[in-house]
Amino acid sequence: MTAGAGTGRRPERQRGRRRAGLLPGFAALGSGLWFLLFFLAPLAFVWVFSFGRQEGLIDIELAWTLDNYLRALDPLYLDILLRSIWLAGLTAAVSLALGLPVAVGIAFAPARWKPLLLLLVVLPFLTNLLIRTYALIAVLRTKGYVNAVLGWAAEWLGLPFEPLPLLYNDAAVVIGLVYVHMPFMILPLYAALERMDRSLVEAALDLGASRARAFWTVVVPAALPGVFAGTILVFVPALGSYLTPDLLGGADSQMIANVIERQFKRANDWPFGAALSLLLIYAAFGTLALRPALARRWRGPR
Amino acid sequence: MKAPTKRRRAPPGPLDYTRRAWMRFVLLAVFVFLYAPLAALIAFSFNDSKRNIVWRGFTTKYYEKAAANEVLVEAFVNSLLIAFFTAAVATVLGAAAAWLLWRYRFPFKWVCEGAVALPIVIPEICMGVAMLVFFSRIGWPDDLPWPLNLSRIGIAHVSFAFPFVAFVVRARLASFNRELEEAARDLGAGPWAALRDTVIPHMRPGFMAGALLAFILSLDDFVITFFTSGPDTITFPVKVYSMVRFSVTPEVNAASTVLVAVTAAATALAVGLRNRQFREGFL
Repeated sequence: MTAGAGTGRRPERQRGRRRAGLLPGFAALGSGLWFLLFFLAPLAFVWVFSFGRQEGLIDIELAWTLDNYLRALDPLYLDILLRSIWLAGLTAAVSLALGLPVAVGIAFAPARWKPLLLLLVVLPFLTNLLIRTYALIAVLRTKGYVNAVLGWAAEWLGLPFEPLPLLYNDAAVVIGLVYVHMPFMILPLYAALERMDRSLVEAALDLGASRARAFWTVVVPAALPGVFAGTILVFVPALGSYLTPDLLGGADSQMIANVIERQFKRANDWPFGAALSLLLIYAAFGTLALRPALARRWRGPR
Repeated sequence: MKAPTKRRRAPPGPLDYTRRAWMRFVLLAVFVFLYAPLAALIAFSFNDSKRNIVWRGFTTKYYEKAAANEVLVEAFVNSLLIAFFTAAVATVLGAAAAWLLWRYRFPFKWVCEGAVALPIVIPEICMGVAMLVFFSRIGWPDDLPWPLNLSRIGIAHVSFAFPFVAFVVRARLASFNRELEEAARDLGAGPWAALRDTVIPHMRPGFMAGALLAFILSLDDFVITFFTSGPDTITFPVKVYSMVRFSVTPEVNAASTVLVAVTAAATALAVGLRNRQFREGFL
């Protein structure tokens, strides 16, 4: 614990002999204990319970059974699991389609605009998730702003108009998830484009490529590391999102997190809920682990 | 990109993607998508109509109504209190963790470094569920007097916020010249004095940024609060959640606007501090 890691000229060993005092001990004790007690221990509870069996209302027998995990393969739950993956994937795809032009726009904007534009991307992300979702409800509901505008437009054109059912379906969930996770896509894309060598685009144009071709053959490959990072950073939280499908989704657009919530709050089957939570955690880790591999495979032009 | 200021009228160069009409249209559309819902929420909190869709004049009566709603005010105070607690504790713990990981080498350090990132990557719902299970199984008392009844939420918030603080502080520490601390020791300072006079002053902007981040994260959170709030603890998101389930009302708009204003103020403070450090050559 006392070995100083420095860059000075003094030999490492001599420096290491200096007494470090009690401070590192206190720091390690404080942060380590907190982490152990209030983070790892709660996770350990969930892990242990995922192998348990619910007996009556509150008793959980530690049966060390895999039944809870196998139950997740039940068509009912497998369906929800697959739909969660589908909705999260769709969210990532839509975010990418909208985010790439924005990231390119910011990366090629005049230098003095960049901090402001980046701040504008991040700012909505800093407001409370519930408030943002609530704001979307007001926009999308039957008497919401979108339907009101469409209604006025129809009236003006003299067309008949029925309010569109924009809320409480899968589309609303994807709109909500894109709305909430957009910065996670734009920021990595921007970071990748910012590192790109601009002269490559000029070279492509000098060699006779059209602007569209230069964009697709030079700019897009350069953005690839950002595409992977952004897709993963959007996919992982979208997969585990609870509030958006809960408030914007209909009865049949529930996602995995809603099932987990039900097991803990209403259905009162903690072991099954715990097993689903762990499956979600493993899915998140698995997806995150893809990133270094993908980044190594496609480096983009240098 | 070459001399854009001089050749304002010139046709956009090949790299001036930002000056193309379709690109500007997409940028504008995305920013409208990001901001219009929040802007409408704020605007209609001042609208003198119960129906949230037609403008009927300016009023602050929904703010008065929200302020008169004792439960809502209590919930708001509770949430702010939790955010301040989270900022204070998460900054201390995060700074301690960052300093240890930066300063020392020890066996299984890579495990610790990986573990610190865990709360950031674990889905929120799983963290919320884990906290729910943990507090109910260890028998954390349910009926503590105010403000201790908020302790579960506060603890859960610290647990997910302090790794973010650790990352911010560690990024700041990376620019510290370790020879300064060595020099202090060579000049006879004890380990604590050397730390206090060299490392900690350098870390200070990191403390500020980390504390503001933890504050914002705590205010921003819904899911973990939802799972850790006991039957009798009311916090702002949980209260608004129960109101939103029933209907969209200007009162909720007004209350939400206040929370957005608090977050915006914290963000402005963070950005302002950063800009000042830029000017003073800190960063």
